[in-house]
Amino acid sequence: MKVSVISVLLYLVLGPVAGGLLAGIDRKITARMQGRRGPSVLQPFYDLFKLFHKQVVVVNDVQDFLVWGFLVFIVFTGGLFFAGGDLLLVFFALTLAGIFFVMSACSANSPYSSMGAQRELMQMMAYEPMVLLVAIGFYDVTGSFSVSDIIHAGSVPAIAYMPGIFIGFLWILVIKFRKSPFDLSTTHHAHQEMVKGLTTELSGNILALVELSHWYENVFLLGVVGLFVVTNAWWSGIIAVAVCLLSYFSEILTDNIFPRVKWDFMLKSTWTVTMVAGVVNLLILTMIR
Amino acid sequence: MEVIAFLICFPFAAALVLSMMKQHGKPRKYFIFASCIAIVAAVLYFSAGALISGKNTAYLTDARALDTGILVGEFAMMALVIYFGFKFKKHYVSLLSIAQTALIAWVDLSGPETEGSHIVADKLTVIMCLIIGVVGTLICVYAVGYMKDYHAHHTEFRDRRAFFFAMLFVFLGAMFGLVFSSSLTWIYFFWEITSLCSFLLIGYNRTEQAIRNSFQALWMNLLGGLGFAVAIAYCEKQLHVTELEKMVTAAVGKPEFLIPVVLLAFAGLTKSAQMPFSGWLLGAMVAPTPTSALLHSATMVKAGVYLLVRLAPALAGNMAGTMVTTVGGFTFFVTSLLAISQSDGKKVLAYSTISNLGLITACAGVGRHEAVWAGVLLMMFHAVSKSLMFLSVGAVENNTGSRNIEDMHGLVVRLPELAFVMIIGIAGMFLAPFGMLISKWAALKAFVDSKSALLVVFLVFGSASTLFYWTKWLGKLVAMIHNSERLPNTTKGSEWFSLVSQSFIMVALCISFPIVSSGLVEPFLSDMFHDKVPAVISSGNTHIMLMMLCMIMILPLAVRFLTFGKKKKVVMSYMGGVNSGDDRTFVNSFGQKEDMYLANWYMEDYFGEKKLLKPSLVLSSAAIVVLMIIVIGGAVS
Repeated sequence: MKVSVISVLLYLVLGPVAGGLLAGIDRKITARMQGRRGPSVLQPFYDLFKLFHKQVVVVNDVQDFLVWGFLVFIVFTGGLFFAGGDLLLVFFALTLAGIFFVMSACSANSPYSSMGAQRELMQMMAYEPMVLLVAIGFYDVTGSFSVSDIIHAGSVPAIAYMPGIFIGFLWILVIKFRKSPFDLSTTHHAHQEMVKGLTTELSGNILALVELSHWYENVFLLGVVGLFVVTNAWWSGIIAVAVCLLSYFSEILTDNIFPRVKWDFMLKSTWTVTMVAGVVNLLILTMIR
Repeated sequence: MEVIAFLICFPFAAALVLSMMKQHGKPRKYFIFASCIAIVAAVLYFSAGALISGKNTAYLTDARALDTGILVGEFAMMALVIYFGFKFKKHYVSLLSIAQTALIAWVDLSGPETEGSHIVADKLTVIMCLIIGVVGTLICVYAVGYMKDYHAHHTEFRDRRAFFFAMLFVFLGAMFGLVFSSSLTWIYFFWEITSLCSFLLIGYNRTEQAIRNSFQALWMNLLGGLGFAVAIAYCEKQLHVTELEKMVTAAVGKPEFLIPVVLLAFAGLTKSAQMPFSGWLLGAMVAPTPTSALLHSATMVKAGVYLLVRLAPALAGNMAGTMVTTVGGFTFFVTSLLAISQSDGKKVLAYSTISNLGLITACAGVGRHEAVWAGVLLMMFHAVSKSLMFLSVGAVENNTGSRNIEDMHGLVVRLPELAFVMIIGIAGMFLAPFGMLISKWAALKAFVDSKSALLVVFLVFGSASTLFYWTKWLGKLVAMIHNSERLPNTTKGSEWFSLVSQSFIMVALCISFPIVSSGLVEPFLSDMFHDKVPAVISSGNTHIMLMMLCMIMILPLAVRFLTFGKKKKVVMSYMGGVNSGDDRTFVNSFGQKEDMYLANWYMEDYFGEKKLLKPSLVLSSAAIVVLMIIVIGGAVS
């Protein structure tokens, strides 16, 4: 109980710091890959503070409520995860948060954000099966959905039993991190055919909240990556952090190598990967256990 | 006992009175309200009594006189079907009806008298009674206001409201009869009443389409009825059991019982509109909205899943169970994909009903106690939220003249009250932490435990597409269009009463589900599986879900508080700098004003009926036929 309270507090305080730093490093590495110098690693924090001090401009009165809902439930998702809660509930809360975000775009009644909203929904539909399979995979391996039980399950990391599910999860992380080739609904790159997609109508401190939520979300997602590696040995934590950083680097690499694809390719390829890597892995798990 | 007799007989009596009240106006309206109050009061009295005593009771061991009466009733129904078959030249329904009635009559008249109870009341009966009694009567209350508007809008249809209201009450009576009966013949009798009744209600408008769809519903349900009749004959002649519960208890682990089990399961699949029998429920949309609401939520389809839930222990881990889970899981997945391509609100609801029933069916087929727990809870949540959704779509249609989801764009500004009711309904259908999701959580766990990878695949992909079609509907509702006018809300008092009560029941059910689970569902499971069932959901998780619910409720207030006093600048939405005044029009390349129209994605090429319906009907028919042959062949050899 004490441990879980402390880890939740750590997540609340350090989550955005780590998320912001990751974003800064991301920009730096991306710039170097493209032969640029890139901004300071702390640039995302400067951006965030500036956004918070800008005038509040909205297109309607419910946007801020919906974006707050997004932030609150993302933080709740991460908090529940780091408190060692039920993995399925964690993912359900994540979905709820995502729906709040999509609703904020739908409420704007704007062509660009509506388009972004439909694409975001398509992205959610593409990654949802794999996300649930991750939870099911952990349940099959450790006999529990609870994160704290999964950590203390044994001395063999879960990834040894579910490499396919891990690959599938890395695949959908491209969607979740909003990286090319799957950054259909909104992106950090400047070649967006629909302005900023989902976030077109968000500005000032509301946009800052979105940014903050993404930092929380990214840290949580890397936490799930870590869960594949962590065992009850103390040093497995260090390996987990290394694996997280490595996965994040691979996402940056993917981002810079592949051009954006159309939604139908995203859906088909993601569901195919889910079937081939995820379901086959699950079938084997069901057979050997 | 008296209250049970009242619940079964009173709706029929009320229907008789209503069929004679041809005069529109206050007396009929108040008679309907009073009957509904009487039914709700009786249901509450019965439930309270059953909960306080905590016992399961069986009545009427000797009911020869009533048995004869029921046989006469079955012949009357057969005569009615033959009459309609001749009138509309659809003789195949007559053949189906004659075959099963003859079979039942032969069994009844020839067989040795077997003693057994005819009426039984346990916790599942209480749950079903609450669904039928409360949700069903609320739909009847709604119908009073709705039908008045309906005939004002549709002057082309003959006004047969007296008949309509009578049929609604017959339906309720038949459903009560069905859930209180323990004798297979009695269940079958009420089962046939609901089939016939839905046939009459679907054909209410008497348009060509209505008649075609009503006959589709009739033959599919009669086919299920035939399966039921054969199952009864086999039970009585070969196995010498007449009661459903005794049959199920005896069937566990005995292959010779598989034949009646699989036939009854088949009947359950037809009635709960599983693929390939989904057509009749989709066709039922042609009827006025209260009919759809009644068929989809409180009655008819719930009869099918009710029977499957009762059969659950006998389905665990055998081929009959495999048939039920395969068909149910497949239906859940395919119909949730099909729902994506639909823009007609009622059609989306119809597909979503079939999809959810598929999930309940799959839960029942798994036959483990967590799965059945999930199935029963899904049944309750689905009944309330689906009825709420149908009724609010009906109310929107009466207000705006359209039930297309595209036309609900910006409903939250135009008809805020109805939009809020609808948002509660949609949230209840799929969103965490509302009811359906809790059950989905348990279902997923049970499917994984039962080691059926196929079901897990159906569930995860089906959940993803369910998310897609509900959220895009939700997105339409919350669009805030500038300079929109509020429409005058012409929803009648009775309709409002029904909508608001159901919204409250929805929220109350979400908050109180732990009590419902420990007070009703878990005791029922212990009785049915004859062992002590551990709690399915841990208290920690319950608390987390209640916490999420509280957060959603507090959030609007908290945000209002946080942003209080801050100055917001409201601007137009961005249209590449060519807005012309608001967010409704823009200047096109000819310099002319053009209206903007934002549409949802339907992706007909991928998820359309043209693409998916036929292959999935073929696949599911093949699955049913092959698996039934395997089960029956295996049991005979």
